[in-house]
Amino acid sequence: MTDAHHLLSQIQSCIPAGIETAVIALDELTLEIQPEKLLEICLKLRDEPDFDFKMLVDVCGVDYLHYGQDDWQTQSATLTGFSRGVMQKLEQVEPAKSNRFAVVYHLLSLNKNQRIRLRVNLPDHHELMVDSVINLWPSANWYEREVFDLFGIIFKGHPDLRRILTDYGFAGHPFRKDFPLIGKVEARYDAALKSVVYEPVSIELRILEPKVIRRDNRYPDEEGASHG
Amino acid sequence: MADNIPEIRNYVFNFGPQHPAAHGVLRLILEVDGETIVRADPHVGLLHRATEKLAESKPFNHSIGYMDRLDYVSMMCNEHGYVLAIEKLLGITPPVRAQYIRVMFDEITRLLNHLLWLAAHSLDNGGMAVFLYCFREREDLLDCYEAASGARMHATYYRPGGVYRDLPDKMPQFQPSKWQSAKDIAELNETRQGSLLDFIWDFTERFPSRVDEYEDLLTNNRIWKQRTVDIGIISAERAIAMGFTGPMLRASGVAWDLRKKQPYEVYDKLDFDIPVGTKGDCYDRYLVRVHEMRQSNRIIRQCVEWLRKNPGPVMIDDYKIAVPPREEMKISMEAMIHHFKNMTEGYCVPEGEAYAAIEHPKGEFGVYLVSDGANKPYRLKVRAAGFPHLAGLNELIRGYMIADVVSTLSSLDIVFGEIDR
Repeated sequence: MTDAHHLLSQIQSCIPAGIETAVIALDELTLEIQPEKLLEICLKLRDEPDFDFKMLVDVCGVDYLHYGQDDWQTQSATLTGFSRGVMQKLEQVEPAKSNRFAVVYHLLSLNKNQRIRLRVNLPDHHELMVDSVINLWPSANWYEREVFDLFGIIFKGHPDLRRILTDYGFAGHPFRKDFPLIGKVEARYDAALKSVVYEPVSIELRILEPKVIRRDNRYPDEEGASHG
Repeated sequence: MADNIPEIRNYVFNFGPQHPAAHGVLRLILEVDGETIVRADPHVGLLHRATEKLAESKPFNHSIGYMDRLDYVSMMCNEHGYVLAIEKLLGITPPVRAQYIRVMFDEITRLLNHLLWLAAHSLDNGGMAVFLYCFREREDLLDCYEAASGARMHATYYRPGGVYRDLPDKMPQFQPSKWQSAKDIAELNETRQGSLLDFIWDFTERFPSRVDEYEDLLTNNRIWKQRTVDIGIISAERAIAMGFTGPMLRASGVAWDLRKKQPYEVYDKLDFDIPVGTKGDCYDRYLVRVHEMRQSNRIIRQCVEWLRKNPGPVMIDDYKIAVPPREEMKISMEAMIHHFKNMTEGYCVPEGEAYAAIEHPKGEFGVYLVSDGANKPYRLKVRAAGFPHLAGLNELIRGYMIADVVSTLSSLDIVFGEIDR
């Protein structure tokens, strides 16, 4: 594969504006892009011979509402062992990221054998809308329908933005973090009405394993020092 | 006079979701003009289980079993994609023996997938015999799954850091029963006298001749060719734009295979070829997959040879991630604690994001994983190979006849477990 650093320097010389940040982690290049520049940058990435990203591999929505929030506070126990759960968190803190929703695109170039990831952070104060890339890559059709269905993000210019994975007549966007895992309604057959009826769920959500975030000495932090 | 001219309009009808050729639960809405397809609108999601959202609610290792149930005819390949993404974030590499085992089982899985595809494809086009022959070979391969993992289909065999356990030294044998005579049992157990590797080796010895049998029945069969040649054509350029990968892309003449282009595990040490088609029709897709089976057979043989010569660990020994061996747990308190923490809470994965892709039997199977440093994935996105293929169905069958819908649909090799997720 072409080196990610080499690709980044080519992109920086070719695309002057619209890139908020560029990060290389785990040999993968991630560009964060301003929503209004998306189509312009995508067109260059597809058609410039240096990039040649002819294939859109994936479009994915991400909801950062609960990012970095754990259910269980921990404290380090020993220098080498696990940290120890000390207190269950009851109150929810403010979201860690300012932009709640993002759309992530994965592009692939078959000729140059390289990959790139684009992320568009959607501003919270606007309506959730981003330009559709369906005219650049026809494969975006179903991917964007899926993101719309699961996250409620609208793709401007998509000719056929229908729900795709959820049921006919489904309400809500199930992959949002504030949509309960158990759902909102349950279906059953009513013999008297002779039809399927929907009612509010009767089950309760059980968390079998709390989510914990441990910054253990196993993982060095950014400065290379380990946590005690 | 105008009253006498009948009104001509297109006819819209349902195909599925309970049609046997719909390969599961596809509702396909077809608009036809006479016998010609004008528009096809697949309605998917009838098998949607929100696998990705479920995975967000449990520790990393608890979701490996869910991956089997995505594409339920290529179980271990799904696990592989998921496990690779976790390993990338953790920054660990499994031992070489585990990598060879994974490659071997990936190729066994490819055979399983292609055999089922060939069986269903020929059945859809009216050939019952090939269906039965393919299931004969699948039976042996599922026995390999069972011997290694304990489960015939949903194996949960790959783990971050290696595989669950080493290959067994003794292949399980059939036991006497009142339904089978002693002679039948002896016949069934003839190839099961040695280890699992001996059994696989024996399988690879006879498998090429079995592929010849299928080809005898199909490749030059006049009816088969009438049903598949020049049906559902897609050009290379268009296939790339539609996001096609795997055999769907290679049948259009693009020699793109992640095992060669972006090798993972030990594929760069193995010798195999990438078959490509020329036209991109149903027949080419058939030929590509049949040749892939022969190549997979070659890869399996190389893996068996290597695995016979090189014993060693199949799991990393970092007990923060891997479970300690059971013997050690009986005598060591620390091993016991590690086991308990691993089985309940699991391990935390460093903050970050990773995309790992493998050459799945159906195409590129990618897993995009976002971690916020917790013991559960923050966001898991599965890039199913069949999803863009089915999205391209409308383009593939527009202008063809109603009978071609079934040929084209089954040539896509779709499984709704992964498309609906």
